[in-house]
Amino acid sequence: MIRNALAVLTVVAGLVALWYFAAMPMNIHTALTEAERAGAVIDPPSAAERRDLGGVGLLLRNPEHALATFGQERPRLPVPHQVVEELWKTTVGVRVTSKRSLVNHGWVTLSATLLGFGIGTLAGIALAVGIVHNRAMDMSVMPWAIASQTIPILAIAPMIIVVLNSVGLQGLIPKAMISAYLSFFPVVVGMVAGLRSPDTSQIDLMHTYSASPSQTFWKLRLPASLPFLFASLKVGVAASLIGAIVGELPTGAVEGLGARLLAGSYYGQTIQIWSALFGAAILAAALVAIVGLVERLMLGRMGMAR
Amino acid sequence: MLSQDEIDGFAEEGGVSPAAPAREVAISARDVSLVFQTGDGPVQALKDVTLEIGKGEFVSFIGPSGCGKTTFLRAVAALEHPTSGQLLVNGMTPDAARQARAYGYVFQAAGLYPWRTIAKNVSLPLEIMGFSKEEQASRVARVLEMVELTGFEKKFPWQLSGGMQQRASIARALAFDADILLMDEPFGALDEIVRDRLNEQLLALWRRTGKTIGFVTHSIPEAVFLSTKIVVMSPRPGRITDVIDSPLPPERPLEIRDSPEFIEVAHRVREGLRAGHLDE
Repeated sequence: MIRNALAVLTVVAGLVALWYFAAMPMNIHTALTEAERAGAVIDPPSAAERRDLGGVGLLLRNPEHALATFGQERPRLPVPHQVVEELWKTTVGVRVTSKRSLVNHGWVTLSATLLGFGIGTLAGIALAVGIVHNRAMDMSVMPWAIASQTIPILAIAPMIIVVLNSVGLQGLIPKAMISAYLSFFPVVVGMVAGLRSPDTSQIDLMHTYSASPSQTFWKLRLPASLPFLFASLKVGVAASLIGAIVGELPTGAVEGLGARLLAGSYYGQTIQIWSALFGAAILAAALVAIVGLVERLMLGRMGMAR
Repeated sequence: MLSQDEIDGFAEEGGVSPAAPAREVAISARDVSLVFQTGDGPVQALKDVTLEIGKGEFVSFIGPSGCGKTTFLRAVAALEHPTSGQLLVNGMTPDAARQARAYGYVFQAAGLYPWRTIAKNVSLPLEIMGFSKEEQASRVARVLEMVELTGFEKKFPWQLSGGMQQRASIARALAFDADILLMDEPFGALDEIVRDRLNEQLLALWRRTGKTIGFVTHSIPEAVFLSTKIVVMSPRPGRITDVIDSPLPPERPLEIRDSPEFIEVAHRVREGLRAGHLDE
């Protein structure tokens, strides 16, 4: 356990160190310009010459300014402590109701994510049940389900929003629909595989009992599919979050993690972008962990935990 | 499983004695043929199989792969349908017999549902057939006792050894009191020692309950040890080459396998299997 923790911490420390090193050449141009304005002598002295030089070269010629790359207001690449500081400020440091609160923005996105995940999961399960029990559906639905996932979500998201807006739906619902659009697919694929997972002898056994199709479904196919369903739900919940964020981009939404990303990019607020990205990543990790916990509890109770 | 006294007691109390001549017919097949349509053209799995199995008999089907022994058992269970000929189970068509719960089927793999405890696995057919909760509980207790699994009700299948799992699957087939038990190589995946013990237990169970048993196997000693009748089959097309009525007494300790009678029957089975191959 301790050895594992040590290994994980070593990797994390390595990544953080790499991040700091990468920030130096990326931010050195603006750092030098600021230093020059403050009266320092820079090599080479002309801004035009510096523009043509690579970041690493500049860094080697002006090593005394390296640390200035870690404290800029709008760096090309914010460093970890800046992101953590921003995350802290916008979660713990402000009221939850504030427009700057990442908790507030996160909740807006999360509510669309959960609604979309719910719709997507139910739709996915319903489609899978149809596909497994009806040959016509098997041949007609599956190709469309696959085709739906080949269309870039960025292309279809604005269309969904415009169409739903024309019938009077705004705000949460369109975002949830985009979210559902992304999350139903893994559920369909996993659930179809799961419902078909019982082997021939298990199906034959039901046959020798003269079991009805619904008895076979509830007593055999559905329980057999649960491990597959949970694997899909983990993928689906992460996809849902992406869908909700993407759904916030084309509407010019003012709330939500997507809106936060968009606003950050409009105003060059790189630290804000990165903290929103990390906020989204933390949220996704938490959602996947919750699904994993439910999986452990449920399969454990069913005697199927590994 | 049961002491000798108990077994004898059961026989006296009206259990069908295996030595008694079988009068009623449990399974009868007349000119049964079955052709599978495959990608490589039709395959004749069974050709003109004619056979009569009396109530209370223990019949083994033996032969190499592709001889149709499993196909015949599956046809009896209405899992396959003969293309021609007549197949009757308890005087009914296989489909009607299934509806009448005439048989329990034991597959090669125990096939217990991993999400159900042993007791819940055994009560699965009872749930499907609509037995009351109390009836389910008493039947599960009774059949688990029969296969010596009392005390394992709450265990999940993975917590049991392969032999115990197969016993649980036999209990499951016994739970709804079908008078025919169809077993498709039930001990094929188990090691020799476990297999011997299960064979003894199965014989005791058969004597105690008087059920008709159809038993598919690859093993000559297993077939000879268990059966009152041995059906030798050969492949391409699947057909019966010999039917041997065993002269062995109903009392069969494991040592009987060293007796001259046993060796003679085994020899005849082997000859039958070889003859089937020479025909090709």
